[in-house]
Amino acid sequence: MPVLEVKDIEKCFGTLQVLQNISFSLEKGEALAIIGSSGSGKTTLLRCLNFLERPDKGKIIVNNNVIFDAADPATQRESEVRKKRLHFGLVFQNFNLFPQYTVLKNVTLALELLANERPDFTQEKKAIQEEIQERAKTLLSQVGLSDKLDFYPHMISGGQQQRVAIARALALEPDILCFDEPTSALDPELTGEVLKVIRNLAERNTTMIIVTHEMDFAREVADRVIFMDEGVIVEQGSPQEVFGNPKEERTKQFLTRYNKD
Amino acid sequence: MNEIPVIISRLSESFLLNCKLFAITLLFSLPLGLVITFGSMSRFYPLRWLVRTFVWIIRGTPLMLQLIVIYFGPGLMNMAFSWPGGTSGRFVAANVAFIINYACYFSEIFRGGIESIPQGQYEAGQVLGMTKKQIFFKVILLQVIKRIVPPVGNEVITLVKDTSLARIISNKEIIMMAGEYSNKGLIWPLFATGIYFLVFVGVLTILLDWLEKRLDYFRV
Repeated sequence: MPVLEVKDIEKCFGTLQVLQNISFSLEKGEALAIIGSSGSGKTTLLRCLNFLERPDKGKIIVNNNVIFDAADPATQRESEVRKKRLHFGLVFQNFNLFPQYTVLKNVTLALELLANERPDFTQEKKAIQEEIQERAKTLLSQVGLSDKLDFYPHMISGGQQQRVAIARALALEPDILCFDEPTSALDPELTGEVLKVIRNLAERNTTMIIVTHEMDFAREVADRVIFMDEGVIVEQGSPQEVFGNPKEERTKQFLTRYNKD
Repeated sequence: MNEIPVIISRLSESFLLNCKLFAITLLFSLPLGLVITFGSMSRFYPLRWLVRTFVWIIRGTPLMLQLIVIYFGPGLMNMAFSWPGGTSGRFVAANVAFIINYACYFSEIFRGGIESIPQGQYEAGQVLGMTKKQIFFKVILLQVIKRIVPPVGNEVITLVKDTSLARIISNKEIIMMAGEYSNKGLIWPLFATGIYFLVFVGVLTILLDWLEKRLDYFRV
């Protein structure tokens, strides 16, 4: 049973069709890489999954539950959307850490706010808070930032900020973790540390969707690859198939252009 | 010679009116400004248009004129409402005019501050399952405050000196008081009023600097 099924997603901005007939599924523990040139709709697709954009057509199914159906307004109510979002985590291209909070607090904030809503919160307050702190510290040590807990975002490098953002997304234990070009805003010498963290996650069988321009990385880490162009999925398959033996002309063109650089 | 202490005490007394007007205006115009901000950012077009037109009128006409209109308007237009007689009526009218005027200026500063926060901050909150309210109060607000401290500080300092305009509807504030002496040929009290303003603004400047430093621990 797939964790995620995306069926016939379509999205227009005005008259511009950015996504068309997008369908794919994702098994638990799989890492899916989405590649394609800028403007091909990759980011919009991730944003649709995270409810930051609303598709005009199509369905999103997580663990056999329809969490979004463009034809059914009941699945789009604001109060429910908030909970459903938590199936997905999103790591942004520009990190988007909260500047006024420390590294640790960036990771714990959302957990604390959610814990506030638990019925047993008032009685168990102390235990819950300690658990949250512990979890955040464990995650931050996983991404190699145990020594930066009390730093503010502006005091650490872009690569470190992105690692905090990954820990922040992991803290909520999403079913599917999405990365939107996680290294595009980084200096080349800082991309390695972030890719290493993602690689570790893949080895632990974290279910992930990675939108990326790092072809070598996609080839190495992904279990499956989707190539998108002009809002449609042109080709999908294993990295060996897509990179090694692309069937579609557009995929070939895209890959040769990349290999030249 | 023993006139000097008397004059100083009368000047100080009248400066109290400036101080009160300043404090009351600040207390009410800051929250009212935030309400106007939300109106001017409303997605409901007629409301937004109405609020922005109002802000345009208030920012586009002199505060002195607004004081006169607010104080004399009800009587001249035979409205059912009228200000209470005597000093208290004049003082309340001055407060109303100042609060409306400053709320409009503050609202534009707030709007600029809110709109300057990158969309990514809202989105980061959303994908972490926060409510709109949580995002505003836990993520956005402090960043906005940090950004608007300098422009709000500017307005606050302007307000200190603007309080003197209240004399146009016969509030006996410090410059009006000093004017009574200069009319009699005694000029130093008028110069002395400047010292009151300088000291007040000096203290405010220190406070604002302190606030800026308090918020210096993070960058936006």
